[in-house]
Amino acid sequence: MSSHLRTTMEVCSSDGFNFNVTLREFGCEQCLLSRPDGSSSFIQGDTSVLAAMYGPAEVKVSKEIYDRATLEVVIQTKVGLPSVKERLQEQCVRETCEASLLSSLHPRSSLTLILQVLHNDGSLLSCFLNAACMAFMDAGLPMSCLFCGVTCAIARDGQVITDPTATQEKESRALLTFAIDSTEQKVMMSSTKGSFSVHELQECIAISQKASEKIFQFYRESVQRRYSKTL
Amino acid sequence: MESCLKDQIGAVLLPGDVFTFIKTETISLTDTSKAEKIICGPGLRRNGDDVVVCKSGVLRHKHPNLYWVDSQQRRYVPVKGESVIGIITTKSGDVFKVDVGGSEQASLSYLAFEGATKRNRPNVQVGDLVYAQFLIANKDMEPELVCIDSSGRANGLGVFGAGGLLFKVSLGLVRRLLAPQNEIVKDLEKLYPCELVVGMNGRLWARAATVQKTLIVANLLESSENMTAQQRRTLFKRVADGNL
Repeated sequence: MSSHLRTTMEVCSSDGFNFNVTLREFGCEQCLLSRPDGSSSFIQGDTSVLAAMYGPAEVKVSKEIYDRATLEVVIQTKVGLPSVKERLQEQCVRETCEASLLSSLHPRSSLTLILQVLHNDGSLLSCFLNAACMAFMDAGLPMSCLFCGVTCAIARDGQVITDPTATQEKESRALLTFAIDSTEQKVMMSSTKGSFSVHELQECIAISQKASEKIFQFYRESVQRRYSKTL
Repeated sequence: MESCLKDQIGAVLLPGDVFTFIKTETISLTDTSKAEKIICGPGLRRNGDDVVVCKSGVLRHKHPNLYWVDSQQRRYVPVKGESVIGIITTKSGDVFKVDVGGSEQASLSYLAFEGATKRNRPNVQVGDLVYAQFLIANKDMEPELVCIDSSGRANGLGVFGAGGLLFKVSLGLVRRLLAPQNEIVKDLEKLYPCELVVGMNGRLWARAATVQKTLIVANLLESSENMTAQQRRTLFKRVADGNL
């Protein structure tokens, strides 16, 4: 029933810029669960997230919004109960999704996104965002643009590492995650931790925008592979 | 103006892709300039002078100027005029509530059946399957179904479903099955004679000579979704030879 497609890509380039964008190996699979309306799994190196999307479905009267759809994001941890950290990540993902979805086309309905952590090896929030975007595309929800997540870590020596692993995150001075939209490459959401200068923030945004091009290209390739049988 | 859309027919599009139409700068005084029109189907939206894609899928074209994005979604969104398979969930007064798989239950009046009058109520029970058409379907209103056409005839609509099997497939497969001269249906016809009801909401109902054959038909249709024509033919041949 579900199409099992696995696409992987190595992103490494310097492109003549004075910074180089190195992302880990990416993998994505769409439509892998049979029950939800849209599902995806997204893998960034060893970080892996499974997303399931339900909707537009019936909504509880208490949560009904008369002019747009109610979006609910739930993050399921690998072990234990969700804590404050997960709540914060849920909010970041929800607000990014609300900005890109055309939820006014489905008023008085509910959209539910479940994100299950399979393994955390750094850049988890960006992996959540990428998995969410692929699940929305799989569910066929109307969106004004795509979005992707990019995590940058600033090391002690000031070097910027994109898509860091858990050890790189631990050793870093600051950790910044941005959601970038596909039409204008603008920042939709930012979540930061640690101390950094204004210049470093600007640099990280520029690097993220550069990295987002690669991620959107990867999105396109994996969707193309998914539709290759019905062309 | 249409050329940029024409170039992309059959290509995979993603939300956020934009088609910009370049206007001709010079206006000819001799020719009467006629504005070209295009019709945007599902997945395409107009934004000012541009056309923006809002669903991922394959761009399709129908002569002369109809364009839409063909996507493989699973959740149904009611559209006016489409025929669907619904399940009666409640009877309340003079309307039935019908589950069609959308975000809201649709209503079906008891008078919207062939030959039904205020005195002569149709025999419809909770749990029955109905093949019905959307009379009202828009995002702001409760969808409404009818089981008659504009001249009051049933025309294939109404209560059905004794001894068959109802199952769900993706909306993309349903549209493929309903396309005229579809190869999946043709191959299936050769294999077993069977009755098939195809609802645009992704519900399929099948009935063949025996229960076993019905189940085979259901499984074949479910599996033919992600198969190329070649793979499907080999599978159908294997079933015809009797070795599953």
